[in-house]
Amino acid sequence: MSEEKTHVVSIKTHLLVLFTLIILTIITVLITSIELGPYNTAAAMIIASVKALVVLLYFMHLRFDEPIYRIMFGLVIAIFIAVIIVTFFDYLYR
Amino acid sequence: METTINPSVDLHRDDTASKIGMWLFIFTEILLFGGLFLVYSVYRFRNPVAFHLAHEELSITMGFINTVILLISSATVAIAITAMQKHNKKLTMMMLGLTLLLALVFLINKYFEWGAKFEHGMYPGSELMANLGHGDMLFFSLYFFMTGLHGVHIIIGMTLLAITLVKVKKGAVHAGKYQLLENSGLYWHLVDLIWIFLFPLFYLIH
Repeated sequence: MSEEKTHVVSIKTHLLVLFTLIILTIITVLITSIELGPYNTAAAMIIASVKALVVLLYFMHLRFDEPIYRIMFGLVIAIFIAVIIVTFFDYLYR
Repeated sequence: METTINPSVDLHRDDTASKIGMWLFIFTEILLFGGLFLVYSVYRFRNPVAFHLAHEELSITMGFINTVILLISSATVAIAITAMQKHNKKLTMMMLGLTLLLALVFLINKYFEWGAKFEHGMYPGSELMANLGHGDMLFFSLYFFMTGLHGVHIIIGMTLLAITLVKVKKGAVHAGKYQLLENSGLYWHLVDLIWIFLFPLFYLIH
């Protein structure tokens, strides 16, 4: 076999991940339906990020692949966050 | 005779490079949508009231159903890869077919959602849109552009998955060589990832 290093994620794990993602979606809908003022956005974005992380780590196999993929992904997100911060400094203090 | 070489390894094949290439492409997609999310955040920051009122025009139920559909379709693609690794060709094909079906349902929902807006005269370039307040116009323009671009990605993803399904059926993609399945799968998860952020930003946040 040429694929000796491949980590096979079980179907059960995938179903469990799916279940978690759906629960998180329901939580987001419920949380944003109550008035929390500015925390609404924060809560929705935090949950969305957690969901994205779960998809990346399990469905996209980042957790099981070589570290190079995680490093590359981390760099791209770091660049994106830097751009967000710079943009908002501009708009907040102009 | 080159007996020392493992017959399942093709010398002209580099799975790691193929996958890194796919990830690099995914990064450009993330930054493309990232830029749009940034535009959205800045306009929302400048027009908070208009964005709040405009978002109430969108149906949370519709958005929620589509989110669940995409999440399930992501899981079915992931299961298709697991099935392939376990040499279960039939399950792989079933899961890919199911993914395509779910993607189609997503698009049909989108059709009805957009169709209802169009009926009310709300579409890019319409008179109603032109007469909206500045903030509302920005919200709906971004809504149509971002969900539309996402829809295009759904169609591209469906095409990739359909090609993969045919190749699996023909045996061109098999347990010893399934890079196409893995890369199409990654693309499909990207489509899901983008929707994970689109849903709360347009349908939920107020």
